[in-house]
Amino acid sequence: MNDVNRDDRTMIQTQGLTRCFGALTAVSALNLKIPRGEIFGLVGPDGAGKTTTLRLLCGLLDPTEGQAWVAGYDVARDTQPVKDRIGYMAQRFALYGDLTVEENMFFYADLFGISMAHRDLLMGSLLKMTRMEPFRKRQVGRLSGGMKQKLALMCTLLHRPQILFLDEPTSGVDPVSRRDFWAILYQLVRDGMTVLVTTAYLDEAERCNRVGLLHQGHLISCDSPEALKSQLEEACFEVQGVNQRAVREALQVFEGVISVEPSGATLHVFMPPAHSSAEVLEKKLHEKGLGPVTVRPVIPSLEDVFIALIRKTPRNAQEPPMPQGGTTRT
Amino acid sequence: MNTRRTRAVARKEFLHIVRDPRSLAMALGMPLMMLFLFGYALTLDVDRIPTVVYDSDYTPESRELIQRFQGSRYFQILGSVDQYETIERKIDRDQCLLGVVIPQDYSRKLLSGDEAEIQILLDGSDSNTASIALGYAESMLQRYGLELRAVAFNRKGGGHLVPPIEPRLRVWYNSELKSKNYIVPGLIAVILMIIAALLTSLTIAREWEMGTMEQLLSTPLRPAEMVLGKMVAFFGVGLVDMVLAIAVGVLIFQVPLRGNPLFLFFTGCVFLFGGLCWGILISAVARSQLLAYQMGMLSSFLPAFVLSGFIYSIENMPVVIRVITHVVPARYFVTILKGVFLKGIGFEVLWAEVVFLLTFAGIVFLLATRKLKQKLA
Repeated sequence: MNDVNRDDRTMIQTQGLTRCFGALTAVSALNLKIPRGEIFGLVGPDGAGKTTTLRLLCGLLDPTEGQAWVAGYDVARDTQPVKDRIGYMAQRFALYGDLTVEENMFFYADLFGISMAHRDLLMGSLLKMTRMEPFRKRQVGRLSGGMKQKLALMCTLLHRPQILFLDEPTSGVDPVSRRDFWAILYQLVRDGMTVLVTTAYLDEAERCNRVGLLHQGHLISCDSPEALKSQLEEACFEVQGVNQRAVREALQVFEGVISVEPSGATLHVFMPPAHSSAEVLEKKLHEKGLGPVTVRPVIPSLEDVFIALIRKTPRNAQEPPMPQGGTTRT
Repeated sequence: MNTRRTRAVARKEFLHIVRDPRSLAMALGMPLMMLFLFGYALTLDVDRIPTVVYDSDYTPESRELIQRFQGSRYFQILGSVDQYETIERKIDRDQCLLGVVIPQDYSRKLLSGDEAEIQILLDGSDSNTASIALGYAESMLQRYGLELRAVAFNRKGGGHLVPPIEPRLRVWYNSELKSKNYIVPGLIAVILMIIAALLTSLTIAREWEMGTMEQLLSTPLRPAEMVLGKMVAFFGVGLVDMVLAIAVGVLIFQVPLRGNPLFLFFTGCVFLFGGLCWGILISAVARSQLLAYQMGMLSSFLPAFVLSGFIYSIENMPVVIRVITHVVPARYFVTILKGVFLKGIGFEVLWAEVVFLLTFAGIVFLLATRKLKQKLA
């Protein structure tokens, strides 16, 4: 047993966790430590290793190297006690479309061995919380995308897991349903649950207590969203012009400009701190005949931070995108 | 092993079968269809062989010969022609199977005591039917020849001559030699093998394809429980099919069930269990429904159909294939089925077959549980 087990606040910990698929390293020497009651967001581009990390933590895959402890148990060795304590929601919707909402929930309640009385109580409150009560008898195949995700969440919550693993739970879900979904998550965390969620949406990452950025299998940064944003040394300016393309091309060759990234309808320009100012940039663009342009300093978003971080990652650490080991991923 | 989880899987699987019209058709419709198709259409009986006669002798003697063909239930005289070529044409066009040609000198040779010749033309493109038809024709003509000789001998005053051997034939177990009587019992083995091996492997492959397996693996559900739950569900389907097939066989096709139905039921369960384990073994290797289907067809349906002695007699197979049939479980179950249905025998004769079925089920069960995967990759 490791010293991890004595620290009962740590719910998830990994040490040098590595998983290879053939010659490709999907997750490389991952070190994580997540305390109880935290919403931890794992973000990164497609193929960064988010799903593989989750599968490793749930005991669905064996690590090539390193170790993972979940709820105090070594995942590779004590897989069954881990499975009793976690809820996992796969990225792909994985319930039975020909069964009703209720039947799916009964099935999972049976799998987790919940007593009948407890089950009915819990189902009632979950259905109420997710406002799914009216759809109890409906076949799952005929639910909307958002409702399916809520049902999948309910099925993973039936056994009151200590830790919840969610793999891109809100992809393909409308904004309203997404807000509902997060409201439910916050409520669960208030009740003491620990949540590890992967997401490709950076606005969702901002809702997490801490965020880890995974890039090509490497955890390149891990902190609270605020700390991450203040970590960025570069100054960031928002530029809006008429001919965005010409403006962008002009900016790219300006002295001191580190990078220019599109951000919605505007451009975000990164420059070394105290190197320049909005006024100077605006004047220079005017001189190039690209006016009218407005330039203003902005607080960088998480997206800016991540793009900057990925840019700084040494190229030699980068590998081709990893395949998903025979299982589909959309 | 947790019975509640196993029960949950079995119940879920039942719901899948009942809700999905395709799987329901596969589970109940297909066996019935096979029974009716094979029971009615696939008859290997050769009788009323369509026959055409070319009689160029045209005497009372030749007419008597034709009369012989007409009197036999194995031949049906479609008509007589007056040209040799017409017979050829009719055989070419599948209008008849057998042609009888009586030459002009038939009655003359017959009456003068010479050897009278007649020609039998036969369509040999279906060799099985042709050889049976040939056998019927030969034995009938031989018998008729002996009779004629006896009559002639008698007329010459030589007293009453009887053929040296008079066979008194009695066919046991299937006295009317009806092919449905052995096809329908054998078909039960084929049906059970399809239900057991094919459907089970398909449902597990479906879970992999739909991504539901990933969700299941993240729960405390042990692979053995999942497999057992699915086996329970398809065992139920298999039992329904078995009872259905036996009932249809006995009630509609009038196949005699002479042995102990309970013994039949028990051995059916053992066979079903082995088939289910085989399906699980396939699904351990095949994660797509297409692959599972192909593997299931090749490894369960085809051997059960071709190598079990269900239709094709094992004794007539080349040695190598005959050796292979020994590891086909359906072979043993077909033997049991025919034995119980037609011969009315039971464990005292068929114990070796039962022991083999038990051994097969045991070995495949061990292999299947060992091969089960708990991981995604």
